[in-house]
Amino acid sequence: MTAQIPYDHQAELEDVLERCNALRQAPVPSGDALPEGYTGTLGHFPVYFPEEIAHAAGLLPVSVLGGGNKLEMKHADARMGSFVCSICRSTAELGLNGSLQSLSGFITHPICDAAKHLAGIWSRNFPEQLSQILYLPQNVNTPGAVRYVAAEYQRLRAELERKTGRSISDEALRASIRVYNENRRLLRDLYAVRRDEPWKLSCTESYLLTRARTRIPCEEHNALLGRALDAIGQRRQAAQDKPRVVFVGGFCEQPPLEMLETIDGNCYVVDDDLLVGLRWLTSDVPDAGDPVWALAESFVERSAASPVQHDARKTKEGYLMEMISSSRADGAVLTAAKFCEPGLDEQVAWSKHLDQLRVPYLVLEFEEKMTSFEQMGMQVETFAESLLFTLA
Amino acid sequence: MTTATLENAPAGAPAAAPFDARAEGQRLFSDWYAALADAPARGQPVANVFVMGNAVEILRTFDFQLVFPEINSLQTGVRKASEEYIRVSEDYGMSPDVCSYVKADVGLILKEQHHPAGQIPKADIAIASNMCSTFIKWAEIWERMLNTPAFVLDLPGQRGGNWQVRPGDAQHAADARWVEAQFRDLIEKCERITGKRFDMDRLAEVEDRVNRMVYHWNNVMQLNRVCPAPYNAMLDGLTYIGIMNVYRGTTEGVEFMRRLEDEIRGKVARGEGRVAQERFRLLFSGTPCYVSMRRLIELFETWGGVFAYSDYLTFAAGGMDAGELVYDTSRPLESLAEITALAAQRGLSNQFFAHERLAQQVRDYDVDGIVFHGIKSCRFVSSGMADTRDYLNRRLQVPSLYIESDLIDPRYWSDAQIKNRVDAFFESLHQQGGGAPLAPKTVAAEAGRAA
Repeated sequence: MTAQIPYDHQAELEDVLERCNALRQAPVPSGDALPEGYTGTLGHFPVYFPEEIAHAAGLLPVSVLGGGNKLEMKHADARMGSFVCSICRSTAELGLNGSLQSLSGFITHPICDAAKHLAGIWSRNFPEQLSQILYLPQNVNTPGAVRYVAAEYQRLRAELERKTGRSISDEALRASIRVYNENRRLLRDLYAVRRDEPWKLSCTESYLLTRARTRIPCEEHNALLGRALDAIGQRRQAAQDKPRVVFVGGFCEQPPLEMLETIDGNCYVVDDDLLVGLRWLTSDVPDAGDPVWALAESFVERSAASPVQHDARKTKEGYLMEMISSSRADGAVLTAAKFCEPGLDEQVAWSKHLDQLRVPYLVLEFEEKMTSFEQMGMQVETFAESLLFTLA
Repeated sequence: MTTATLENAPAGAPAAAPFDARAEGQRLFSDWYAALADAPARGQPVANVFVMGNAVEILRTFDFQLVFPEINSLQTGVRKASEEYIRVSEDYGMSPDVCSYVKADVGLILKEQHHPAGQIPKADIAIASNMCSTFIKWAEIWERMLNTPAFVLDLPGQRGGNWQVRPGDAQHAADARWVEAQFRDLIEKCERITGKRFDMDRLAEVEDRVNRMVYHWNNVMQLNRVCPAPYNAMLDGLTYIGIMNVYRGTTEGVEFMRRLEDEIRGKVARGEGRVAQERFRLLFSGTPCYVSMRRLIELFETWGGVFAYSDYLTFAAGGMDAGELVYDTSRPLESLAEITALAAQRGLSNQFFAHERLAQQVRDYDVDGIVFHGIKSCRFVSSGMADTRDYLNRRLQVPSLYIESDLIDPRYWSDAQIKNRVDAFFESLHQQGGGAPLAPKTVAAEAGRAA
């Protein structure tokens, strides 16, 4: 009989985070590296994609989130203008350098014009892959929007069935919805920790935990999140004298990890829009009845917000203020990715609004390929100090 | 009106006096700006619309005065005032890296709607389609700064390469159903704003006029397939497209297009070309640089190069030249939805798969090369341009030139650099067997007369 190893929550969390960080930099799995039960991978671009449909088709949904700050650009500079944002350019690079050649398909969305052009680049350069734009509606307020989204999801379902040669039953879809509902619950729990006890979980850690879903099956991600939440619950860390802020502007292009660490070093980030597409549906999707309708209805009626989704019920200023008030934040970090037109437009609107309401904020511009953070660190430190001074 | 009646439509009576499209276009534009300034005094409701996916037919049924903010912005460029408006918006906080049309318009708002062409009224509603994503962000700016409610018209676009959608097939029916639902929603909003009941017969009348305009427009486009090309698609064509947008669905618009077609038919019959000796036929892909367009055209016409066509004339005219796009006025609303859905896929969002359309246009207009104009301001046209160029070079071996400037921001125009590139392009075409270059002086003088 062997002695039971005592549970060490910190070691457990470190183990999970190490795995998540490895997944962040991991290639898209293919061949023998594919998880059991999957016949291929389906790439999708931010913001939101109904992963349940790919999951039910036996295709591993893979979020294509650009190349980070370690990718060497060898091809894309000649294929996309210098004025295009980094995530679109590095995604094109990952395609052209062969890193995404094992994908069965790549789906993008009408979030911005550069993202839509990725579908054209894919169709010209990788004709063997299913390359499409999933036309999620920018009008979700007209009666009939759910019906349209359901039709678009049925179209996607048929495309994936043709690609895989495998039919997607309603029951398989409902099973996938249940798996993802569990994931949605766990992610809500994760963000509740950030809001209620931010000293137990940094923004960077939360980001790594969330992002892990982009390379592994949702079931495995659920297990990872479960382990992490158990360990986080037992963390005993004292609260520090840091201001509470919300972070916005990370809905598409990924800020470098060092940037998040820099902000964590000075502030408690109690809410954010990082990887919001993976948390887009804000409550459980009904797992009875027509599963496609349930997904479509959830998209229209129970979803998050971002600068690239128009919804008359959710003004951009309104959802930012809701984030600030519900997380009891003292201020906001308003970021935008360089050359991201929607993000840059929103940054102006947000800052004007916060000026009016006298809510402190810091404006930052970032690029995924950034490597120097000293100046940004000084800006964040100064902002945090001024917040603390104001709050004192 | 059906396709059959269009095919049998009379060519139109010969114009009583020579038709000067440029002068007539300027007159119509002056009238339009005067009407904008007077709209509040008339108590006329006002709508902001864009050139791609705008439901103009419905708005005209309700007698909205239409404002085209894109045209207002480009007019600041044409009138050499754009930099002032752009700087005002940048001082306000707008990024250097966003659309200069938007920035000029924000500058206009900050200058209390005072435009070089006159006072621009505030709109009662804005229609923004998803065809260009910036339209939506722009409309959100009006919501904030002017309290103008935005109606986002969501048009399902081309989903992938080799996308085939035909009228009446299941995909088209599903897309059209969604568009029709939105039109019905928009009609309710227009009824509330104007206090008027929607009149289906009036919609049919507007559609009939659009059909006639499109009929002549398509003929005008096709007439430039002959050699020599009777007009320059990126100079004369810019006047034509302005009328096509601003006067869409009006009697003035129909008459302009009818007379324009007659005039161009006459030029073709007489063998008159835009340039005296046409040496190179070219296709222009992208948007104009309105601050320096005449200069850019001069750089090409000096070499005997004429733009026989531009994809700008397709997408910026609402995508109605893509064929089979004729309203059935016996069922006006349903047909409006069906044609709008088709135009969105065949003439607008196919910009994201531009290689397909350009390959066809290279054949249709028998061009010697393509000129790509990439601009930071317009990611709708520019983001995939370099890859499209690479693809067409490899597949069709079409010579091409890539230049960069901007829509209306003069700070991005580099005359010497662009001239060097244009000259090198023509030298290369010449070396590949193109015609001998004309003596620059002679041609420049001829080009000046033609302009």
